[in-house]
Amino acid sequence: MRLRNRILTTVGTLFGVAVLVFVMLRAIPGDQITAGLGTEAAALTPAQRQALEQYYGLDQSLFTQFFSWLGNMLTGNFGYSARQQQSVLDLTLHSLPVTIELAVLSIVLALLIGVPLGMLAASRTNSARDALGQVVSLAGLSVPAFLLATTLLSVFAASFGFNPNGQGFATLADDPLLNLRQMLLPALVLGFGIAAPILRTTRTAVLEVRSEDFVRTARAKGVPERRLQVRHVLGNALVPIVTMTGLQFGYLLGGAVVVEQIFSVPGIGRQVLLGIQQKEYAVVQSTVLVIALAFVLVNLLTDALYRVIDPRVRAS
Amino acid sequence: MRRSPALLGGAVILALLAVVAVASFAGLLPYDPIAQHPPSRFAAPSGAHLFGTDQFGRDVFSRVASGVGNSALIALVAVAFATAAGTLGGLVSGFYRGVADGAIGGVTNVLFAFPPLLLALSLASVLDRNWFTIAVAIAIVYVPIFVRVTRGPVLSLREIEYVRAAVSTGMSRWQIMFRHVLPNITSIIVIQIALSLSWAVLTEASLSFLGLGTPPPAPSLGSMIYEARSLVFVAPWTLIAPGAVVVLLVVGLNLLGDGLRDTLDPRNRGRR
Repeated sequence: MRLRNRILTTVGTLFGVAVLVFVMLRAIPGDQITAGLGTEAAALTPAQRQALEQYYGLDQSLFTQFFSWLGNMLTGNFGYSARQQQSVLDLTLHSLPVTIELAVLSIVLALLIGVPLGMLAASRTNSARDALGQVVSLAGLSVPAFLLATTLLSVFAASFGFNPNGQGFATLADDPLLNLRQMLLPALVLGFGIAAPILRTTRTAVLEVRSEDFVRTARAKGVPERRLQVRHVLGNALVPIVTMTGLQFGYLLGGAVVVEQIFSVPGIGRQVLLGIQQKEYAVVQSTVLVIALAFVLVNLLTDALYRVIDPRVRAS
Repeated sequence: MRRSPALLGGAVILALLAVVAVASFAGLLPYDPIAQHPPSRFAAPSGAHLFGTDQFGRDVFSRVASGVGNSALIALVAVAFATAAGTLGGLVSGFYRGVADGAIGGVTNVLFAFPPLLLALSLASVLDRNWFTIAVAIAIVYVPIFVRVTRGPVLSLREIEYVRAAVSTGMSRWQIMFRHVLPNITSIIVIQIALSLSWAVLTEASLSFLGLGTPPPAPSLGSMIYEARSLVFVAPWTLIAPGAVVVLLVVGLNLLGDGLRDTLDPRNRGRR
């Protein structure tokens, strides 16, 4: 029953997202044709303009335009990018996996930074290690991704001659080694940003779990300290950590726009930005919808995962 | 109010930057931030130019100061709008329940379905860009956060004795909402305002870095960093100055938010 409600809400939300994306692009000053062609639009003859309006479906009512766009999206017709000479579906099929890989690597790095530092900070509150954790998390929350990315890119290229992103992008299938080298800095930048909330959540959750009775009992029974920390404390602190990690996907997908642009990673964030810069609204419209869909699905998935790892939710 | 080092640190940093921002609006900067002076291009930091000059000979200190002023203005207007709209939405949603709750919840869900920066980016790309429309684009992104943050507490306050007593005396719902419910959630809202300000500053800086913020030549910290990318090795101060200041501004706001949370949130009292 709850699951059915959840799915219904999700479908409703996605419909709302589609409406918003559609309305947003109709709010552009002037219309798509003028915006796309710029000053050249003035040179169009009435017949040419009419033909273009017909091509884009602008001569029809907004209602018809919306549902024909939505119908097209549902049947896999995402539109066509005239500049790239490719369908938006093809573009997306190439860019989405790149961003997914970047997101996964970023999360792995964020967990590798955030969880151990959070546990370390919690191991002795108000100590030097706790202060270290606070400084790292404050830095992660305060240093903008674009600043960190720009600085890392310059410093690594100049001081260590490390600039794999200067070459053409290699996918994981093309050249796994080059691909990972190219993903290293972008994933580090994004991972550092989300390590901060993960660190803070880990610290709070570990502190809370540690004061529970079952931890005292386990310690009294003689469970070795390392096992106690990992199995009993971390195991039970996992629920808020997973929830927080899931929540960071929004930051990741937004941050991907900036980071992909700086490191020339051809992901979906860059596709949106390129669409905006080149005024290809069909590309922007469909890509934004795909990203929102991915984001909503990740949230659903986090919710499901949360049920799997939390024994209390499983039991109820 | 207990003393919090974070609160104090945040307040000191922000006070310093506020002086700079006010000076920029009052026209008290050493140089005109957009006036070009080619003969003194790429001058290193010195007594005459505290943070050096850029590729057009413009004074980096004056540009950074003016950028702080612009960022602060956009962030403040955006968060003010988001706070007003979001709090009102949360109050109505939690207090009236029913259809209003459903409608506001639906809109909130839709806005939450977008990664925040992407929504701001899409909105900024379709609006006629100036500082005000950028503020509106950022505000729209943060409205749902305020709705969610206020709705929960309002739902529970609604069932509390004194609110029910007020209902039974025949006070109007709006009077109850503003006189009995709102004052009890102010600390939650204040904390959220401080945290949202830091996000708003970051969002504005990211947008202008991507070329979708306040249009040039108005100085913005994000676009200054973008321009400095290719100059890092010629004139590192063009990157370091705006970079350090944007980090300082966000650190100040984050410390303020953390400090306020430590002092105002009743759940944190007695801890530590």
